[in-house]
Amino acid sequence: ATPPASRSLRGSVSLGDEAVCPGIEAHDRAWRGGAELLFDGVKKHQVTLPGQEEPWDIRNLLVWIKKNLLKERPELFIQGDSVRPGILVLINDADWELLGELDYQLQDQDSILFISTLHGG
Amino acid sequence: MCQVGEDYAEPASEEPPPRQPGREQKCVKCKEGLPVVVIRAGDAFCRDCFKAFYIHKFRAVLGKNRLIFPGEKVLLAWSGGPSSSSMVWQVLEGLSRESAKRLRFVPGIVCIDEGAACGLSPEARAKTLAEMKLILQTVGFPWHVVALEEVFDLPPSVLRCFAQEPVETEGAYKAAVDSFLQQQHVLGAEGAGDSPSLAQGEEQLSWPCTQDPQNPQSPDRPPTAAQTEALSRLFDSVKTLTAKEELLQALRTHLILHVARTHGYSKVMTGDSCTRLAIKLMTSLALGRGAFLAWDTGFSDERHGDVVVVRPMREHTLKEVAFYNHLFAVPSVFTPALDTKAPEKASIHRLMEAFMLRLQDQFPSTVSTVYRTSEKLVKAPRHGCAASPPGPRCLLCMCALDIDTAGLCLPSPGCSEEGIGEWVLGFSSPLVPSAPLYLQTVPRLLGLRLPCICPRRSPPPHRPLHPAVLQGWGGCRAAVGGPGPARGAALLSQGGPPSLRHRAAVLRLPREHEGLALRGPPATLHLGRGPAPQPELLPQGLHRAADPGVPG
Repeated sequence: ATPPASRSLRGSVSLGDEAVCPGIEAHDRAWRGGAELLFDGVKKHQVTLPGQEEPWDIRNLLVWIKKNLLKERPELFIQGDSVRPGILVLINDADWELLGELDYQLQDQDSILFISTLHGG
Repeated sequence: MCQVGEDYAEPASEEPPPRQPGREQKCVKCKEGLPVVVIRAGDAFCRDCFKAFYIHKFRAVLGKNRLIFPGEKVLLAWSGGPSSSSMVWQVLEGLSRESAKRLRFVPGIVCIDEGAACGLSPEARAKTLAEMKLILQTVGFPWHVVALEEVFDLPPSVLRCFAQEPVETEGAYKAAVDSFLQQQHVLGAEGAGDSPSLAQGEEQLSWPCTQDPQNPQSPDRPPTAAQTEALSRLFDSVKTLTAKEELLQALRTHLILHVARTHGYSKVMTGDSCTRLAIKLMTSLALGRGAFLAWDTGFSDERHGDVVVVRPMREHTLKEVAFYNHLFAVPSVFTPALDTKAPEKASIHRLMEAFMLRLQDQFPSTVSTVYRTSEKLVKAPRHGCAASPPGPRCLLCMCALDIDTAGLCLPSPGCSEEGIGEWVLGFSSPLVPSAPLYLQTVPRLLGLRLPCICPRRSPPPHRPLHPAVLQGWGGCRAAVGGPGPARGAALLSQGGPPSLRHRAAVLRLPREHEGLALRGPPATLHLGRGPAPQPELLPQGLHRAADPGVPG
């Protein structure tokens, strides 16, 4: 049996909020949130992380996102080894501060949501 | 919930997940729920307690200040963003509660379409508008969608500050609430035969326009291409992002005020959150608006006289707003703003935002500390603040000019209106038949009271433009352009013909006014201890002009 650390992890990375807008199809929306502007406009990404020796945590995930998902202006999303201040991270709909922030170990089928608070008023 | 990956076939791993620190703690309020969000520094709340906490804060802010009287018409300024959407949602929920605790005012919504200023294409604007209208129809209040281009059609009365009503006392508020409740009771008793519950009678009283959400007086016609182009040219002519932001805010405020006045709203609610206000406070200090912090960041802003702007979201941080909107599905519409994707140092606003948020990250009490400071700011003059000071007001932000007008004298005979300066807003007159407010009012203002600007004893080193000179031209010191070399801020240029091909927003000053400073002391920040300091007239003019807004 393969050791658990090198099994690939699947989950979803979402950006911004699922704005509840009655009657409009998702693909009809011109703009949806703040953060997905940096991700080529795609709001939700189904992600499979390759198995590796070190366990996947949010820190590694951010590096992976920067390399594979971020299409432009990485400095607006990532600062240092964490997200830019003003961007909230929710892991399975809970504040990441409750789960260890960058050190949280990713589980299979976890759902990570990034909400940018920097936009709007 | 849509984000959880339900379409995966892969079975979950057999090992139990490692114990997560922090998740083991319980909600600090009810001690039994599983916490989902951390508020302030370390308070973990479960979902239900968080909701109660959030709603309670909103009601408490309104209740504590007692400014909104029952039955009053209140205009909600909605930008589509998370804070204002949350505010609209709170009002919606608050109005539908059981009668003892429900909110008691009559709401309307105004939404300003700023697409032209942000350079959006007409298609993008139309799409955003369509989404917004769907949400507006769901909410059900009477709504007004106004394009920013309509600022060119504003009448000069927008600049007039109407006499303020006398400050309401505690007794007056209580009396108003009691009489309102009595009224409701009577109505409810009369209508008891027809409608099954008291609530329904109240419902009909509060929402007269539910059948016709859009006000028939403002027909839904898109702005003309000429107006859009005029607005784009106006914003293009402003060179710095800081100045653009300030201009946009000024125009937006004027428009909202106009809508409020036209439709009889006496209060305007804006969705400024705690975080935004803390950033705004620091930004205003950097821009030299220290004298007006109490109005810019306080709960209520009475500078316009008849319409009062209130900020009920000022105790909610952006994090709380974002979590609430996510957990409880509050609809919002994203609209790109002027500074979307702008780098950190693009404008003072951006820089201050980055500074504050970064500091907040390391020191979680930063925003609340700045907020507490803003609560202590007192509006001067302290006594008799009901009557607004009769002095001249800034055209852009409508605050009383913070200059000492005693030292001003009448214009010298040689100065004609054209010689003094012209303030043209980015278009030539034939395009817009009704002369816009600035064209009409500024020359009049200049003609009547031209300040005589006295040269300083020792000529200062040459600077492109001194912000203090602006004060003499009817603009408060920071509303026009940011600090720094004003050669960048194209709202002003130094003497000579403008280098721009079209008559963009240009304020031309005669050569003899170069590098002059205005008499008067710098603006002081009165932090509410003891009586407000009276300004002293300095004999040799302003030598600390470069340092406005520093606490006195």
